[in-house]
Amino acid sequence: MSAPLLRVKDLTRLYGARVGCRDVSFDLWPGEVMGIVGESGSGKTTLLSCLSARLEPTAGSVQYDVRGQGLTDIYIMGEPRRRMLMRTDWGIVHQNPRDGLRMGVSAGANVGERLMAVGARHYGDIRARADEWLGKVEIESERLDDLPLTFSGGMLQRLQIARNLVTHPRLVFMDEPTGGLDVSVQARLLDLLRRLVTDLNLAAIIVTHDLAVARLLAHRLMVMKNGEVVESGLTDQVLDDPHHPYTQLLVSSVLMP
Amino acid sequence: MTHATGYNFAYLDEQTKRMIRRAILKAVAIPGYQVPFGSREMPLPYGWGTGGIQVTAAVIGADDTLKVIDQGADDTTNAVSIRRFFARTAGIATTERTEAATIIQTRHRIPETPLAEGQILVYQVPIPEPLRWLEPRETETRKMHALADYGVMHVKLYEDIARFGRIATTYDYPVLVNGRYLMRPSPIPKFDNPKMHMSPALQLFGAGREKRIYAVPPYTAVKSLDFDDHPFEVQAWDQACALCGATDSFLDEVVTDDKGGRMYVCSDTDYCGRRREAQEAAQ
Amino acid sequence: MTAMIRVETLSKTYVLHTQGGVSIPVFADADLEVAGGECVTLHGPSGSGKSTLLRCLYGNCKPDAGAIRVRHDGAEVDIAAADPRDVLAVRKHTMGYVSQFLRAIPRVPALDVVAEPLRAVGVPAETARGRAAELLARLRIPERLWALAPATFSGGEQQRVNIARGFAAGHPILLLDEPTASLDARNRAVVIELIEEAKAAGTALVGVFHDDEVREAVSTRIFSMLG
Repeated sequence: MSAPLLRVKDLTRLYGARVGCRDVSFDLWPGEVMGIVGESGSGKTTLLSCLSARLEPTAGSVQYDVRGQGLTDIYIMGEPRRRMLMRTDWGIVHQNPRDGLRMGVSAGANVGERLMAVGARHYGDIRARADEWLGKVEIESERLDDLPLTFSGGMLQRLQIARNLVTHPRLVFMDEPTGGLDVSVQARLLDLLRRLVTDLNLAAIIVTHDLAVARLLAHRLMVMKNGEVVESGLTDQVLDDPHHPYTQLLVSSVLMP
Repeated sequence: MTHATGYNFAYLDEQTKRMIRRAILKAVAIPGYQVPFGSREMPLPYGWGTGGIQVTAAVIGADDTLKVIDQGADDTTNAVSIRRFFARTAGIATTERTEAATIIQTRHRIPETPLAEGQILVYQVPIPEPLRWLEPRETETRKMHALADYGVMHVKLYEDIARFGRIATTYDYPVLVNGRYLMRPSPIPKFDNPKMHMSPALQLFGAGREKRIYAVPPYTAVKSLDFDDHPFEVQAWDQACALCGATDSFLDEVVTDDKGGRMYVCSDTDYCGRRREAQEAAQ
Repeated sequence: MTAMIRVETLSKTYVLHTQGGVSIPVFADADLEVAGGECVTLHGPSGSGKSTLLRCLYGNCKPDAGAIRVRHDGAEVDIAAADPRDVLAVRKHTMGYVSQFLRAIPRVPALDVVAEPLRAVGVPAETARGRAAELLARLRIPERLWALAPATFSGGEQQRVNIARGFAAGHPILLLDEPTASLDARNRAVVIELIEEAKAAGTALVGVFHDDEVREAVSTRIFSMLG
């Protein structure tokens, strides 16, 4: 029996008396994509921050299957190891690509940074890898030396994805990856994400308020309300046969074009 | 020059000097590590060498001989004022000859004449933090130093090559000290970087405005960052010094008229002058 | 012959919280066994829960009580209680589903939509595309459409792409939800052929067919639902 990639137990984050998220528990398996849905303020982003080692929880634990070591609490392991994990085995895709990119250096340097951070010291190799990854996210080679400032919103998001995937992470956290993009640009990005996730056997946790995005990308869903998980399960089951009143409301509130 | 009365030896009070010496000792013990210190107001503006002056004041003794250079020259305003400052407040001997000095305070150069054991080179530093260009938060840069998390420094060098085909950084070129701490050598030309490596002299760095002191003890490895396929290189000129004919020194471009006339001369005035004296003596 | 599907005392009630919490009982204590080579047809009036039962078998609907034991990888998996990843594994390797509507994915060509279930179980791209092309040709999808995303296809074309996709992988269990609803007689005949071939190959089929002709042609057994 293999082990889960991520094991979350009774995770709680309070802001004073206010609840960010409370008593969240789940296992995530290699290659599994989980969507976290819910309205603004439901605790999705707080939960994602706690899961991705960016916000210390008030209670509970997050354990990750560190290579060669097994499940390890990410808040108990030392900072150096946590940082190494975040830049090699994990990826974090921000809703606003400007938060995840260095806008002042070229696309190539943005993609190459993680390689240099783990010790790559051959310029030619780094550049070739960066070029290869731009290709995978459908950005032309000739843009390799351009500053991200000159990129469109969709290209920026694809660049951010390349920057995260260049070290072949096993787990990627995404916060509204298609938020703020035009619908046509969104469709292209979703298709790309879906393909990359399958081809690379990535596990992912995707926060979104867009149920169509969740249906297309996620194998399973957690529905959050007021900081708590009110329903979870297989994506199509949760969306097609919702049980909790809030999930029914969420599903029935979607506008059909 | 007469010794000014009413001031403590070398201007600073003894408690301040002890505080700075403690910072220096710590800096020497951890090569390349930036030690915070309580930088004082000095009778010259920030940017004119307030950090260097405090370090010099803390290490200078009555029997020391001081040399001060600014961009390699002994005779510029900054160099002359600092030299006179110590002559008056400490009554010490001064010199322009590199090998005669026990302490050399410098802005933006390392002398061409090789330094020897027992000498101290004091650098004036404007911005001590090598990671500042990439990371504006002090808390984060300190953490990066603590974890030797330096990979991002190569992003800057990568960007140089991507844009100019080579590493275009020519001064304040980042180095790794003793295989551990990343350090800004102050705005010396990268031509001088190799002189820091395994130097027999003690090298002290003072940043007055930023309140940091760091050091490279004698015989310490100092490696300039580079890529395997773009190794570190120093500048080279295709001509010799117009005054002394030196081909091994750092040259300054001097515009001689308004018709595009120019010449290249040694930036180290002591080195250049001594070579010319020797040439004249030989004739 | 071992049963491929064993449904035990299965009950399902929909509770509509957004409409005053009204309860709609669909079926209760349903028992059903399906063996390989069988095609069991769920039959009953509209609203009797045929589609709901089929969706429960696929894990798309969550029953309130009972078990759905499916033969998978040499063991039985209870779809009603299994983890999402186990249900997905059953769908990938064991159980196919042809729904009435194709859920088109933007930008993916029809040929790849059909080949995908085969690709998912590790069949090389060329082999999978070959099998997909064969099915699309049998279902009379013009070859010029194969490279286009099916989102723009007519209803009948989408339905046939969906059928091709459902039959592509040759799963040991296949669920059919009105697969012939919008097809003409010639295409209906092709679907009947495909079902007969699957039965002959030992596949356990469960279907809902509104079309009497198709139902009579393919059913080995009728499972009556009263509603």
